[in-house]
Parts: sequence; structure tokens; C-alpha cells
Amino acid sequence: MNRILIAVLAGGCAMVLAGCGEQQSVTVYKQGQYQGKPDTQPWNNAEFKNDRAGWENKIKARTESQNEYVRAGN
Amino acid sequence: MARMKFLCDAERCIECNGCVTACKQEHEVPWGVNRRRVVTLNDGLPGEKSISVACMHCSDAPCMAVCPVDCFYKTSEGVVLHDKDLCIGCGYCFYACPFGAPQFPQDGAFGLRGKMDKCTFCAGGPEADNSAAEFKKYGRNRLAEGKLPACAEMCSTKALLGGDSDVIADIYRNRVLKRGKGAEVWGWGTAYGKPEKSAAPPAGAKS
Repeated sequence: MNRILIAVLAGGCAMVLAGCGEQQSVTVYKQGQYQGKPDTQPWNNAEFKNDRAGWENKIKARTESQNEYVRAGN
Repeated sequence: MARMKFLCDAERCIECNGCVTACKQEHEVPWGVNRRRVVTLNDGLPGEKSISVACMHCSDAPCMAVCPVDCFYKTSEGVVLHDKDLCIGCGYCFYACPFGAPQFPQDGAFGLRGKMDKCTFCAGGPEADNSAAEFKKYGRNRLAEGKLPACAEMCSTKALLGGDSDVIADIYRNRVLKRGKGAEVWGWGTAYGKPEKSAAPPAGAKS
């Protein structure tokens, strides 16, 4: 009976004390370096299928279209 | 490709707020958060000038330098983005930014601000491109669709130019030569006057 009681008490103590243990709950920062999730390149998706040149051409065409001096009639 | 920049031509801006509206609509930005706004100097007086201001995605971004949790990063196109999952809403970036770009969605007791929100150059964030999570946190990722920021593309007078810096600088140079005035670009030197700096400091440097 005593052995069972001791075993139960020991188990109980172990469970209670486990709550006092300290676990790392804060991110370890490397100062000056981005700590978040990695991002993908804008051409690395289903639309451009990793075609960087295609993406750059599309962006360049869009950027140049902001120049109204090269539009028809000028 | 060079780096992405914004350029606002004060000679052309008519304070229509089309860029502000386009940004709000495109990203479903909540009430109280203004990623872009139009600032008018000498309002109501002859010769008043307006410029459209948002995050300029600086070469040496002060927000990146002061962030205590290092949640900012810069893409290969020079767009300054941040991870909202890391942001603690301390507001340091707001104090550091010369353009007042960082915005905070809450204004509650004990300085509660919520996660910082700012212009993303329509490039979303670190979530998967054009996913629901990305749209909810950062708005639409137009860059991944091969499009430029909605504000610049929507600008009716083409006062606000956005895109590859070489191309928009050429457009502006040509414009100034034709009209013969208005060569100064407000905010350009502040944002892009320093050499390009990445998030990682040189080895051995103090943080």
C-alpha cells in the first residue's frame, strides 16, 4: 500500500514540477537579419512559371506605357 | 531589371486623390489606414503644389534599420516589404520613416496599435503569391501578375510614375525637357539618395 502511495505521490510531484520547467518560447533573433518567412520571386508562380524574362518584358511594357509622349499622335 | 521606384511630378498632380482611391479599392484597406495620400503645399494659394506620398521603398530604408524584430526585407527588385506575423506594432518604423508611410490599424488604450501596414508596391508579402492569406494581410500582389502598382497605373495625369527606375527617370527627363521647368522631384533624394542597402549588415558590424 505504501509503495503504491509513494509511486502515486512521486508521479504527482513529477507532473506538477514539469510545469515549472522553462522552455524556449521566444524566437532567437539574429540581429540585423530578416527573421520572417521567405518570399518567392514575382515570376515564380503559376502565371509566369519561373519565366523571369517574360515577367520583366511585361513589367517593362507596362512601365513604358506611362510615357504619353510615345503614344500615337505625339 | 533595375530597381522599382515611385516618382511624383508636382507639376502634374491635380490632387484628384485617384491614387488614394485606387490603393484603397485594390487592397481593401480598412478605414483609418492610408497607405497612400496626397499632400498639398500652400493649399488655396496661387502656385499650390500637390504630391502623392506613400512608402518610397528607400534605398537605405530607415524602417528596416530601426525595427527591433527585423520583420522587414527587401526583394530583388528593391521593394521593401515586411512580415506581419513578426510585427509587434511598436511604431519605431513610423518615427523613423521620413514619409510617414507606416500605418497602424488600431488606436486603443495602452498604445495598442496593431500590426503595421504600409504600401507594398502592390507586391504582397511573404505568403504564397495571390493566396487568400496574402490578400488578407497585405492586399493584392499585382507585381506577381506582371502589373505595376494600381496608384501609378490609375493616375489620370501620369503625375505618379512607378516601375523600373531607369525607365521612369527617362520618362521624367523627357517630360522636363519638353516643358522646360519642374525638374525637381520631391522626396527622390531622401528616398534614393543613399546607396542601396540590404537587410543584412556587413560582417562584424555592430547592430
